[in-house]
Amino acid sequence: MIASAREVLAKVWAGGTGRIGLVLVFVILFVAAFAPWLVTHEPNKLDVLHRFADPSFEHLMGTDQIGRDFFSRIVVGTRLAVGVALAVILASLTMGTLLGIAAAYAGRQAERVILILFDIITSFPSLVLALAMVAMLGPSLVNVVIVVTITFIPHFGRVARAQTLALKSAPFLEAERVLGASPVRLVLVHVVPNIMGPLVVLASMDVPVVITIEAGLSFLGVGVRPPLASWGTLLYDGYQHLSQSVWPVIFAGLTLSAATLGFTLFGEALRDAVDPKLRSRAA
Amino acid sequence: MTMLAEARNLSIDFGPLRAVSDVSIAIAAGETVGLVGESGSGKTTLGKALIGLYPPATGEVALAGRSLDRAARRDRLWRGRTAQLMFQDPLSSLSPRLTLRSLLAEPGRIHGLETKAYWARVKHLLAAMAIPESLLGKYPHQVSGGQVRRVAIARALALEPRFVVADEPTAGLDVSVQGDLLNLLAELQSRLGLTYLVVSHNLNVVRKITGRVAVMYLGEIVEEGPTRALFARPAHPYTAALLSANPQVDPGRRREKIVLEGEIPSPLKPPSGCRFHTRCPKAEARCRAEHPEATDLGEGRRVRCHFPLA
Repeated sequence: MIASAREVLAKVWAGGTGRIGLVLVFVILFVAAFAPWLVTHEPNKLDVLHRFADPSFEHLMGTDQIGRDFFSRIVVGTRLAVGVALAVILASLTMGTLLGIAAAYAGRQAERVILILFDIITSFPSLVLALAMVAMLGPSLVNVVIVVTITFIPHFGRVARAQTLALKSAPFLEAERVLGASPVRLVLVHVVPNIMGPLVVLASMDVPVVITIEAGLSFLGVGVRPPLASWGTLLYDGYQHLSQSVWPVIFAGLTLSAATLGFTLFGEALRDAVDPKLRSRAA
Repeated sequence: MTMLAEARNLSIDFGPLRAVSDVSIAIAAGETVGLVGESGSGKTTLGKALIGLYPPATGEVALAGRSLDRAARRDRLWRGRTAQLMFQDPLSSLSPRLTLRSLLAEPGRIHGLETKAYWARVKHLLAAMAIPESLLGKYPHQVSGGQVRRVAIARALALEPRFVVADEPTAGLDVSVQGDLLNLLAELQSRLGLTYLVVSHNLNVVRKITGRVAVMYLGEIVEEGPTRALFARPAHPYTAALLSANPQVDPGRRREKIVLEGEIPSPLKPPSGCRFHTRCPKAEARCRAEHPEATDLGEGRRVRCHFPLA
């Protein structure tokens, strides 16, 4: 079953929840891409005279405990969340896919080693494992990306391995071997494009998970360092000063909810559009 | 005569299954040899083994004068340029994600010679097979079965191999297209000096295009000889049964039908003695006990039977 990207997007758009997801995802990606032009204030600029301001035309989402414009901080936080999510997903998708294909093609011993590694990583809940590893490595943006990437590799690796095993005996791979294709060419030109469908769906469904993990780590203080704005730190700061102003918590919470909802709806619609058979497997 | 492809006492194992058992066959350059037998008789496996796709369990294979040892089988570029395979199911032998143009470019890209001359050759092949260039932007599943088969054939011939194993080249084609295809294969043979091994259970096709034919049963070659002589006077009871089962249009050439009893036995547990004795109408005590050796009948004919018919 082969469909072009345009056909798939049209199918996603046709479904009701898929359309909501697509719109939300588009808005989030747009904000992330054009963040420097969308901010109304310098996001890290203090203005202690206007702490805990209510939303107004001057400060669309009010200000935080040291007078920083909350809308601008949400906007740069969006760029951070999307950036972390894309970096994590792309890195774990690439490494997971290569490891999964390697496991499918390697001998029994190497396959066992790879699968045991996957099992070790997945035997911990990803947030707990990420917490432990960041605590060890020290909190920083780069460490968050590395750690979350590692926790997501088995996710893609297992699917890539299963897909490759199913594809391995396909006659067209034998035909390429008969023509003299090298193993590297076989994998990159013929295996990867044919196993990518389910992996892309999985990747899109993992985006909201990565976003919440990053926000969660930052909320717990082991994520990105201040003054960088992450949705998690914004939520935490708002929570700390809830008695003075409820707006930061409301806006940060709404943004996080909208983002995860949008990516989840989009991912599910994408899954159904690419291959309805995956529905039962992924659920 | 130099042999282009040759197997000596070749056996191929898949785990506990011996798919090809102690087979010797030699194919001279320029020859067209047929390989017939029921499904599961090992004919496709033997065809693939002759171009170095499977390691032998016993015996050896030589291709273009080079022994297909481990190193030769791994010399994938040499192997690809020397011998090619036309797959039984051409649609599944083409990656569904590539356009016909990319699929046709593959052999050239793999061998680092996607040149103007290469494309001229490919386009010449396509023109000879009446595939319009406007079709090349399409994907395999978007064109007809006959067109897919011809594209797959062009791919197999793009590198101008010397030896081509054609696995059921006419399966799934209607009779008029079958004829065109067989004519094309013959024309390419005379122009490029190809050598064919045609693996088929379509006896009419084999009779039409091959000069020599080998009959396989349960992994063994039970009879081998010039096509005309073998079809006229089969020496092995199995060959006789196979030929009698072949539909004949001309009533004068119809012969009495020999109905074989039972199923083809499991190749995991081949019968004792002659492998055919469980279904052979002429089986005697000796057939159950003693495995027949291949005996020479003259005129280049060999048969593995204690009581040959001819």
